Amino acid sequence: MTATLIVLALIMGGVVFWLIFQTINVQPWAEEGPIGEHHAGGAYSIPAAKIGLVVFLCVAASLFSLFVSAYFQRMDLSDWRPLAEPDILWFNTALLILGSVFFQRARNAVVKSKLEGVRTNLLIAGLLTFAFIAGQLWAWQGLQEQGYFLSTNPANSFFYVLTAIHALHMLGGLWVWSTTVFKLQNQIEVYKVRMSVELCTIYWHFLLLVWLGLFALLLST
Amino acid sequence: MAHVALADKEQELAHPKTWIGMYVWSQDHKIIGIQYIITATAVGVVALILSGLMRLQLGFPGVFDFIQPDEYYQAVTMHGMIMIVFMLTAFFLGGFGNVLVPLMCGARDMAFPYMNMLSYWVYLLSVIVVCASFFVPEGPTGAGWTLYPPQAITEGTAGADWGIICMTVSLGLFVVAFTMGGLNYVTTAFQARTRGMTLMRMPLSVWGIIMATILGLLAFPALLVSVIMMTLDKTLDTSFFMPAISSLGENLSHEGGSPILFQHLFWFFGHPEVYIVALPAFGIVSDLISTHARKNIFGYRMMVWAIVAIGGLSFIVWAHHMYVSGMNPYFGFFFATTTLIIAVPTAIKVYNWVLTLWRGNIHLTVPMLFAIGFIFTFIHGGITGLFLGNVVVDVPLSDTYFVVGHFHMVMGVSPFLVVFGGIYHWFPLLTGRMLNDAMGKIHFWLTFLGTYAIYLPMHYIGILGVPRRYYANGTTEFLPDSVHAANFSITIAALIVAAAQFLFLINIFWSLFKGRKSPRNPWRATTIEWQTPDYPPKHGNWGKELPVVHRWAYSYSVPGAKEDFIPQNEPPSKYTQGEGDV
Repeated sequence: MTATLIVLALIMGGVVFWLIFQTINVQPWAEEGPIGEHHAGGAYSIPAAKIGLVVFLCVAASLFSLFVSAYFQRMDLSDWRPLAEPDILWFNTALLILGSVFFQRARNAVVKSKLEGVRTNLLIAGLLTFAFIAGQLWAWQGLQEQGYFLSTNPANSFFYVLTAIHALHMLGGLWVWSTTVFKLQNQIEVYKVRMSVELCTIYWHFLLLVWLGLFALLLST
Repeated sequence: MAHVALADKEQELAHPKTWIGMYVWSQDHKIIGIQYIITATAVGVVALILSGLMRLQLGFPGVFDFIQPDEYYQAVTMHGMIMIVFMLTAFFLGGFGNVLVPLMCGARDMAFPYMNMLSYWVYLLSVIVVCASFFVPEGPTGAGWTLYPPQAITEGTAGADWGIICMTVSLGLFVVAFTMGGLNYVTTAFQARTRGMTLMRMPLSVWGIIMATILGLLAFPALLVSVIMMTLDKTLDTSFFMPAISSLGENLSHEGGSPILFQHLFWFFGHPEVYIVALPAFGIVSDLISTHARKNIFGYRMMVWAIVAIGGLSFIVWAHHMYVSGMNPYFGFFFATTTLIIAVPTAIKVYNWVLTLWRGNIHLTVPMLFAIGFIFTFIHGGITGLFLGNVVVDVPLSDTYFVVGHFHMVMGVSPFLVVFGGIYHWFPLLTGRMLNDAMGKIHFWLTFLGTYAIYLPMHYIGILGVPRRYYANGTTEFLPDSVHAANFSITIAALIVAAAQFLFLINIFWSLFKGRKSPRNPWRATTIEWQTPDYPPKHGNWGKELPVVHRWAYSYSVPGAKEDFIPQNEPPSKYTQGEGDV
């Protein structure tokens, strides 16, 4: 469970570090009346949706780290036969990196209120992600044709499960992406989609990092 | 620079006009909280009846023909899982969390009301699926609440086909529901607090609920991972957990899987789960004790940091549930040590509750009775936990009734006493009526004394070596007659305690319509959920203006103040300032 403990230690460490600054030298029983500017309601300058997303990413990080911990424990057993990863995974990885790049460009455009830039980059980023998922399915198809089925070996099982869970997270992101694109098609003012674009960008970067971690794990074992 | 959250904008809230919009598809956190409470109570009654069936078999072995071994194990399994996950977790976080977090933080609603509503409906779906397992072929799973493979998914175990699938699917749905709710509780407490509500002015109830939510958000994925893998082992013949095995004379297609891997994943969720239930109870009981003893909570900062420390430590003790599964002795030493360390912040909390009571103006109201009862049962359950945390003590006791007595005291009876205390305390806030005091006191004494009559003898028979999980003890020679007498008396006590819970339900229904009208803030509490312009609070909670908080949540019996409490939103005045501020 080492991988999980490292991830949780980082998350809990962040929480504790932040709390120390919130609580040090605070004597709530002795303070009354005047309210500092930083307590002036709404609590923090970060929008609720971003906090919600960051909390969700912590949940997702915990989920993936648990799968990785299980992977390490299971691969130590004698029946594990490493899987030769299909080459198309390299191409898929490139697609996902490009998807993240275009999301970043869309985010930069939305900050500058450039509607056309947002629309174009967002569309390309989404299409690249669809291509990534199609590529993953292609990889599955290739493995099936070679006789590497889900239950043939635990290494295969983990490959299918890890890629499926990652792709499901991508599909969830694509649902938010599609609602944003739909809004943009209706000639909405650009500031109204700013939050969605920013959230999608953070989410895609996170899922790219997760995939790079998983891909490195699959390649190295 | 402050940011105004969505939840702070009164005009952003949906105000439905129809009855269905207001009470069924509601996005009001209070209604969603009540929906959680009603559903958790209903499914909790199912689990209570199942425990009655188990006790009938153990107290009167062989008398009731309809309780055969399969039915007994199914009752054990469903009782455990329903009580821990679908009842207590849902009640504390979905119920109390929804009702209290926005109100106590001074928010109009949760940060994401629509997602909050979805959370309840997915939770309800998970409850429906788990209850549906009573009606599938062969009935629900009888694998024990820990669902250990290979037993759970191998023929010969009750419910090894449809029953276990219903269980894993319902747990998956529960995790999804909890995640949606949990995102709301955390974000609301971080982002939607009102002016002046600094973190260190939050009541301990909110601290307990939020820390438990953080634990849940990080620990429930372990349950999700384990049920996904087990479902695949069952349905698609993978071998994550399933070793090479013969079942009913037939070699199964699995090979090489690790049942121990499942145990690691399960307990990586399972131990934090203890604190997911306990931390909200700690927070709520702190507020009950302070309010009803008319005294500020002792060591507030210590209490906050104890909650945080317990939360952090709860992730590095999981393998103390696995001593008998076998492990490297150094690991056993490590987990025994961390288990003992976690007792330190826990003990700090107990000391602080007792020191809050010390020389307080104690009002023995019904919520206070339950809070004091909790201190007793939690100390008993906690101390036997210290026994079991040590490898050499745990190994001989692990499979005995000592463990059953321990965990029921610490995470069954104790949190339930807080649930009851919380309901008696906040029922007037939600309904505008008081619960009947006499019925409440009868309910408390029957429950408190009754649970001791149930669980203390279990420690005794456990030390004698009576194994848990057995359908019937038979005429085993090493068991003295006193074991059978104890089992008989435990069953009688259990039936009386169960009947007392129906008295509680009668009290709820009766008081809902005929109960005495509650005055505003009947307990003279300082926290702001009692200071809403409408009583009971309406959707949006605060009318046009959000409250402004001027002090912490425990200004009781402040010297020089005209009353023995100063609400958090009472503006400072010369009268309340001065010597009373220390």
